[in-house]
Amino acid sequence: MRSLVTLLFLGGLGFLLTVIAGILPFGDPPMLVGNTIQQTAADELGAANFVTAVVLGYRGLDTLGELSILFAAATAGGLILGASRARPGHAAGFILQTGADLLFPLLLIVGLFIVMHGHVTPGGGFQGGVILAAAFFLPLLARPEETLDHTWLTVIEGLSGTAFIVIGLVALSENKAFLTPLFDKGTLGEIVSGGSLPLLYLAVGLKVGSELASLLARLASDDEAAS
Amino acid sequence: MIWIAVIVVVLTLGAALAVLLLENLLAAVAAASAVSLGVAIMFVVLQAPDVAMTEAAVGAGLSGLILALSLRRLGLTGLNITLNRGDTDA
Repeated sequence: MRSLVTLLFLGGLGFLLTVIAGILPFGDPPMLVGNTIQQTAADELGAANFVTAVVLGYRGLDTLGELSILFAAATAGGLILGASRARPGHAAGFILQTGADLLFPLLLIVGLFIVMHGHVTPGGGFQGGVILAAAFFLPLLARPEETLDHTWLTVIEGLSGTAFIVIGLVALSENKAFLTPLFDKGTLGEIVSGGSLPLLYLAVGLKVGSELASLLARLASDDEAAS
Repeated sequence: MIWIAVIVVVLTLGAALAVLLLENLLAAVAAASAVSLGVAIMFVVLQAPDVAMTEAAVGAGLSGLILALSLRRLGLTGLNITLNRGDTDA
């Protein structure tokens, strides 16, 4: 009964919002910022993917904030979950082991491709980083007795986070604003283009990947409750 | 193109209903991942490949993985919850 009332309430709310959205004129006022970015981003930043131009070029500071939020969340998760231990006992089945062996290099290549081509094609550090984390978690799922080396993950994470800030500080030392894109812009659409944007996205990808891989490994490690 | 969108929306809504109605928690997590997959396809149809990639990687992959691992850690994997479909509000 209660769920029925909830459904009715949600339906009414949806109807209300639809009516309001129907009254409002669609696409008015026009988005001038989007048009301006589409006209100027290719010349200013040399990134074929305008989303990357916005995320790293015009709004690099927001991305730094996003990274710090992710860092805080991963740290809190690690604190609660504790160190990851090797799980003794039951090994995975044949299909999971073979599938993990086959998928690991493919996922690694796809993740690195998405990270490295973030300024040319859709995707970038965040998406590629998640795929990298999944790639390194898959062998862990197939072989429960192994564990990831958290020292190395922490080192990679710290170094890539530092690299992001250092690239921003270099721009500051050249009398530009923090995180202003550096270097030559190159030809639009080639992999070596966009100045320092690919380097920033590589740092983001490595940081996100190592953070999430460490979090997943901690979450998967066995404790008393799991059976 | 409109028919792809209609089919995907229907499948997504079906998966979202399945999340509410399934009794096995692990199956509900899988259905939630399917909802994210449908939304990701809708983003591709709407020509937002960046958002679609994020939705597919984070929504369909990572969040489902984290939910499933949490279920195992809490020892709830094999548990079936009983839905109260009657008028008795618990």
